Amino acid sequence: MQAYIVRRVLALIPTLFFASLIVFVTVRMIPGDVIDLMLSQNDIAASKMGREQLEQALGLDQPMWVQYGRWVGAILFHGDFGRSLWQNTPVSEQLLQRLPVTFELGLMALIVGLSVAVPIGVYSAIRQDTPGDYVARSFSILMLAVPSFWLGTMVMVFPSIWWGWSPPIQFVPFSKDPWGNLGQMIIPSIILGCALSAITMRLTRTMMLEVLRQDFIRTAWAKGLGERLVVARHALRNALIPVVTLIGLQAPLLIGGAVIMEQIFVIPGMGLLLLDAVSQRDYPIITGVFLIVGVAVMFINLIVDLSYGLLDPKVRYR
Amino acid sequence: MTAPLLSVRNLSTRFRTERGTVRAVDGVSFDVAAGETLAIVGESGSGKSVTALSILRLIPDPPGRIEEGEILFEGRDLLKLDDAGIRAIRGDRIAMIFQEPMSSLNPALTVGMQVGEPINLHRRTVWAKALDKAAELLGKVRIPDGRSRLSSYPHQYSGGMRQRVMIAMALACQPQLIIADEPTTALDVTVQAQILALLKELTREANSAMILITHDLGVVARYADRVVVMYGGRIVETAPARLLYKTPRHPYTRGLMASVPRLDGDTDRPLVPIEGQPPDLATLPPGCAFAPRCKDATDRCRAERPPLVESAPNHFSACFFHDRLAA
Repeated sequence: MQAYIVRRVLALIPTLFFASLIVFVTVRMIPGDVIDLMLSQNDIAASKMGREQLEQALGLDQPMWVQYGRWVGAILFHGDFGRSLWQNTPVSEQLLQRLPVTFELGLMALIVGLSVAVPIGVYSAIRQDTPGDYVARSFSILMLAVPSFWLGTMVMVFPSIWWGWSPPIQFVPFSKDPWGNLGQMIIPSIILGCALSAITMRLTRTMMLEVLRQDFIRTAWAKGLGERLVVARHALRNALIPVVTLIGLQAPLLIGGAVIMEQIFVIPGMGLLLLDAVSQRDYPIITGVFLIVGVAVMFINLIVDLSYGLLDPKVRYR
Repeated sequence: MTAPLLSVRNLSTRFRTERGTVRAVDGVSFDVAAGETLAIVGESGSGKSVTALSILRLIPDPPGRIEEGEILFEGRDLLKLDDAGIRAIRGDRIAMIFQEPMSSLNPALTVGMQVGEPINLHRRTVWAKALDKAAELLGKVRIPDGRSRLSSYPHQYSGGMRQRVMIAMALACQPQLIIADEPTTALDVTVQAQILALLKELTREANSAMILITHDLGVVARYADRVVVMYGGRIVETAPARLLYKTPRHPYTRGLMASVPRLDGDTDRPLVPIEGQPPDLATLPPGCAFAPRCKDATDRCRAERPPLVESAPNHFSACFFHDRLAA
């Protein structure tokens, strides 16, 4: 098991190398140069710095491979993600500040999503073709069809028209006021979680139906077990294995969704940081965020692979 | 004569399919006495498995449905019990062993848990004690080193070992009746005899009755006290095993016997298969279901269904010509 984890982590290195290369190069290929943007700002233009001087000051005059080498070297040897081109603050500081917020949002959305998807999926399967099943399936299709940015906007707009209430936009950190923070995060989490739950619910239902047809379920009934034990003890574990895989696959979707939710609900997470950085072509921040997201997705998938062992006794880690 | 342990009366189970209603079991009646082994014999689709599943009400509904009949077990009609009532019988008083030991055990649960589960459920024993009992049961079915095997999973076992686990599971609550639905069909021939001998020995030891469902007449000859032969969802012949072997009184039974090798008597006798296909239960002919495959069938056979009559003492046959067959 430990050897397996070590090997898996080592295997991440080449993946990370290519990911960092792609991230670094593509960001610099976005049309619209940061220098042009800066020169159009009055204060910089007033400082009478020329194009070459600016490029030199920001280290952008070097060939791209040199820039890449410096960037990777700094991360590897100093844990330094560089400095923001605009604020001149360390990127790592920004990331550390924003990461927990996005992590919290993603985790809450995942919890909401699973606690909606799994029970409803199971219910839908054991009551196949009843009105309850149809309602559950319709809800799933609705959640799949309705984009979360639309739902988020509606939640922002309509309550304020009807009741003069809108979700708070002044962000409260968890460390200052946990309840206030959770109250603020819960609405975007529910919206994001429901969007994620749609596919998970369908898969849970399908897998449960599949498992409930198996011979060993008939054996369980023949032992005299009631429906609750047949479903919870005998069927669910077998049905959840592919569901766990799906959760791993949904991780990038979750992060992408979080970016949108942060924008709508003005939550200062990585998403908001990224959007601002992209509009300003703040390369070190963009690459930093992408790299962190990439690492997160890779680790989520590692955790998913490890959790198979808990569900399926046939899985051995070697 | 005392009342039988199990008395199935006029059982009819139907399945609704796209092609209409299929009478998988149609008016079947038989008794099982305490401690007796009854074999139900027939080809695939003869209704023998559906009969077995009907007894414990394990027919999936929909599409299946027990339309009529009575299943009297220790004087109570199982078909009239509520949900909790039938669950109290399943696995406790009547246990079942299934055909496929590969797929009939849960791949995600330990063997110990699966064997101990009926004890935990019906005896309300704590898990630690149920597992003790499970280890003991594994010993009984000759799985060496049972205690250390409790924490292993079905995929770590061979087919024969898994069927032993199924037997241990069935014996857990010392049921009065064990229904074994083709318990050896999926196993290697060399393992089949071992498993059947074990099953017979353990049921005799526990004084349990057994319904042994099989398509193998050789199995019947060695292990059954009485035999029910099914064809097209109905009983065509029933008799004590010896009597049935000596003088089969239905052409289908005769055909079955001619199609399997016998070690006693004439070993040079050629094997004769039964021509044709088992009947399509959705479109049964009005007369005898076997008539289309019977070389002695008359117009009467094709028009009128022969009733099950006592052709000789204790020997029932559903053939108009049962006497001629015995001669």
